[in-house]
Amino acid sequence: MPSPPHHPGRMSEIAAPRSSSRSRNLKGGGRNRSGQTNFELYSWLFMRLSGLALVVLVLGHLFVNLMLGGGITALDFAFVAGKWANPLWQVWDLLMLWLAMLHGTNGLRTIINDYAEKDQTRFWLKALLITASIVVVVLGTLVIFTFDPCLDPSSTLSVCK
Amino acid sequence: MPSKPAGTLYRGREGMWSWVAHRITGVGIFFFLLVHVLDTALVRVSPEAYNEVIGTYKNPIVGLLEVGLVAAILFHAFNGIRLILVDFWAKGPRYQRQLMIGVGVIWVVLFVPFVIRHLSHVFGG
Repeated sequence: MPSPPHHPGRMSEIAAPRSSSRSRNLKGGGRNRSGQTNFELYSWLFMRLSGLALVVLVLGHLFVNLMLGGGITALDFAFVAGKWANPLWQVWDLLMLWLAMLHGTNGLRTIINDYAEKDQTRFWLKALLITASIVVVVLGTLVIFTFDPCLDPSSTLSVCK
Repeated sequence: MPSKPAGTLYRGREGMWSWVAHRITGVGIFFFLLVHVLDTALVRVSPEAYNEVIGTYKNPIVGLLEVGLVAAILFHAFNGIRLILVDFWAKGPRYQRQLMIGVGVIWVVLFVPFVIRHLSHVFGG
């Protein structure tokens, strides 16, 4: 998302964009005519495409988990086991995890680029952000793929009998 | 249009405030998401561990925070669609004011039924 322009009364010169310093230094292909990569363009487009998908995925998730049945009061291990017994919800949750994390991580990257003024600060904040995001995406993916509904001895699912 | 610069506000109108709100709700949702993946990961530890932690989501105070979370998500979702329309729809910029009103209307239409249902769950209706 573009930042609002600096007020001319407060700033006499326009600062160079901070976000593309890395891509400007990259060697090799994938550049446009001005010698930069198109990373920021693809990132901008990704925010819009993933955003559209997330509206459906997240609002569907909220409707099924919070509006239907007992809502928040019905959420427990058995509820999760019942949902993930259906491959549709496994795929749904996996897509939602990946798209939401990429969308959110890219959003925070933009905010760090906008507000953290020192190179060092920006570097460490983005290192922290990317580390946290990778940990959460990998953990969440493993959880969806390795989930064992039969950890619950009172499970009524047919696979546990 | 103001004839004099007004501090650091970018015109200070609804366009700026929706931009600010989009950022604030986005950051809030992101941090909730990190926590939410971690609490869901407890299903790999044990049913008891998961049920105990998910039990905190049923607490009345946390229930009210969830109302705030859904309010933020609904705004971020439909304000995001407004952004897409302004960016890609040729008439988007011309109808930007109507689009802004549309975001508000859809927000109310979805938020009100949610609050009624969710709070009746949380407060044992």
